[in-house]
Amino acid sequence: MVYRDGFIDQVSEGYEGVAAREREALPEEYAGKTLLQIFIRRFVRHKLAMAGLVVLVVLYSLAILTPWITPYEFDEIDLYNMYSPPSAQHWFGTDELGRDTLTRVLYGGRISLMVGTVVAILSSTIGTLIGMIAGYYGKWVDNLLMRFVDLMLSLPLLPLLIVVAAIKGPGLGGIIIILGLLTWTSVARLVRGSFLSIREEDYVQAARALGASDWRIIVRHILPNAMAPIIVSTTLMVGIAILIESVLSYLGFGIQPPTPSWGNMLHKAKITMTQYPWLTYFPGLMIVLTVLCFNFVGDGLRDALDPRQTLYRRYT
Amino acid sequence: MAVKSQGTNQVLLKVENLKKHFPIKKGIIRKTVGYVYAVDGVSFEIERGEILGLVGESGCGKSTTARLILRLIEATQGRVIFDGIDVLGCARETLRHLRRNMQVIFQDPYASLNPRMTVGSIVEEPLLIHQVGDSTWRKKNVKELLETVGLNPEHTNRYPHEFSGGQRQRIGVARALALKPQFIVCDEPVSALDVSVQAQILNLLDDLQDEFNLTYLFIAHDLSVVRHISDRVAVMYLGKIVEIADSLKLYEAPAHPYTQALLAAVPIPDPAKERQRSRFVLEGDVPSPINPPSGCHFHPRCSRMSDICTQEEPPLESWGDSEGHLVACWHPGVGPEMA
Repeated sequence: MVYRDGFIDQVSEGYEGVAAREREALPEEYAGKTLLQIFIRRFVRHKLAMAGLVVLVVLYSLAILTPWITPYEFDEIDLYNMYSPPSAQHWFGTDELGRDTLTRVLYGGRISLMVGTVVAILSSTIGTLIGMIAGYYGKWVDNLLMRFVDLMLSLPLLPLLIVVAAIKGPGLGGIIIILGLLTWTSVARLVRGSFLSIREEDYVQAARALGASDWRIIVRHILPNAMAPIIVSTTLMVGIAILIESVLSYLGFGIQPPTPSWGNMLHKAKITMTQYPWLTYFPGLMIVLTVLCFNFVGDGLRDALDPRQTLYRRYT
Repeated sequence: MAVKSQGTNQVLLKVENLKKHFPIKKGIIRKTVGYVYAVDGVSFEIERGEILGLVGESGCGKSTTARLILRLIEATQGRVIFDGIDVLGCARETLRHLRRNMQVIFQDPYASLNPRMTVGSIVEEPLLIHQVGDSTWRKKNVKELLETVGLNPEHTNRYPHEFSGGQRQRIGVARALALKPQFIVCDEPVSALDVSVQAQILNLLDDLQDEFNLTYLFIAHDLSVVRHISDRVAVMYLGKIVEIADSLKLYEAPAHPYTQALLAAVPIPDPAKERQRSRFVLEGDVPSPINPPSGCHFHPRCSRMSDICTQEEPPLESWGDSEGHLVACWHPGVGPEMA
């Protein structure tokens, strides 16, 4: 070691000078940027995620504006124009009752996007709350909650959904609640894991040493640092929820006609698929496109929010 | 940098027979199959305004001792008395009050600051938790604190990632100072910093100690750092204190063979002298704290080992002519290693 007795006198240029000198050595790219600015910069660099985001913005805008932009009503029957292929009047063709497929795809998108978004938020909220409590308090609380998660995970999702839907009777609200209550487990595990590791961090220990309450530590210190995986999984969950909803509707247990959803449109179209295939193309393509975009955006968010992974990728 | 006694020989912190045994659990039913004897009967006192250095190799229980004193983890056994109050046995409210007077500075300045909080809110948080002053007063106070530790008071809206290691450690110091505590545990505050920055932080801690009449428990594994700042030094080995003495005394005439070995390992900055001196190298590794050696924990690596060392644990007893020089060894004394 360089310093021994009297080194205080040797190195006494004052704190200000040192602070100024240390500042110069900072990584240039991030100097003077807020966390949000860094995050946006990283996300914009991710091309697929940006493309996905643009498509999703368009889809959400269309969903919101649907009632004002569609040329027909979703239940407007035109028996002279049954099964007409795509044309200038009906871009996506018409179905077995002569209803405009474009209109129905747009209305279906409204339903699917709403189900997906609300279910994702609901299940992330439940999962975060449960994972948070399990991870922070640990011990028997953790054990109890995680065994409950194991139980939930071992339930066969699809038959259960069908049974519940059959008992409760299908409806938009019912489906959202059922899906929300059955899909929170993966988020709960994720959040629990983050909490278990973050609660041992020095800044959490420092907060405890300051006398901060459990609530304050959870909300101010641990949760903000555990947000990244939660945001990513919520995004991915929208896609998953849209898929499950279409499966349910396809099987006839989800959204009921005449209200269109991508799933029940496919359900109807499958009977006549060989003769009138365009009826399956459009709702099917929309499902694939939407879920794909959510997955791209999820990936982009993961890269932008988790700098360690990005660094790892860049330097290996 | 010698003794800083100002005539008030009042004990601020008293640690008695402090123990922490971490259980090792195995199998599905989580049966306890053994213990890690991380801290195994540590006792010492710190007077008001004093700096006690605590040194030892990695894994000897220094940081665990710090966390036990602050009650960040619960002790297995023992007592910690701070200013007449039993820290380990007190109620939640009392503990909350105690926390205003005991603070901590951590080793790693990159891990000890919440990356999602601005510097202003990090330093303000202690005041907020203990509801000190109103919002305007707190804002003003935060700026003063940043100035006290040598940072630009205008930087309250910046995030920790915008600062260097040394600057971050200053932020940690400002946070620890916010509540005007009497006692600060410095858990290796400079070990993670560059040597030049180490000196700056040490000077800062030293100045603050004078200015606010603080008491430190200063933990380090670097003997030269501890020598520089401490009034007294305690040496830890495998969960126990093996020697405790005034700083000068310990460095001039260490009595425990382990202390002597540690001191012999400190390099001398003069290459000529460094080449000349006889080297005394400690053999072997630190034994596992899961299954510590019988008797004196140091006996497997000790050159003075005799039968009694393997059978009975040496008590921490007064040694030599100077007051307060305690050694836990069956064969204490200035050995040939120091020549």
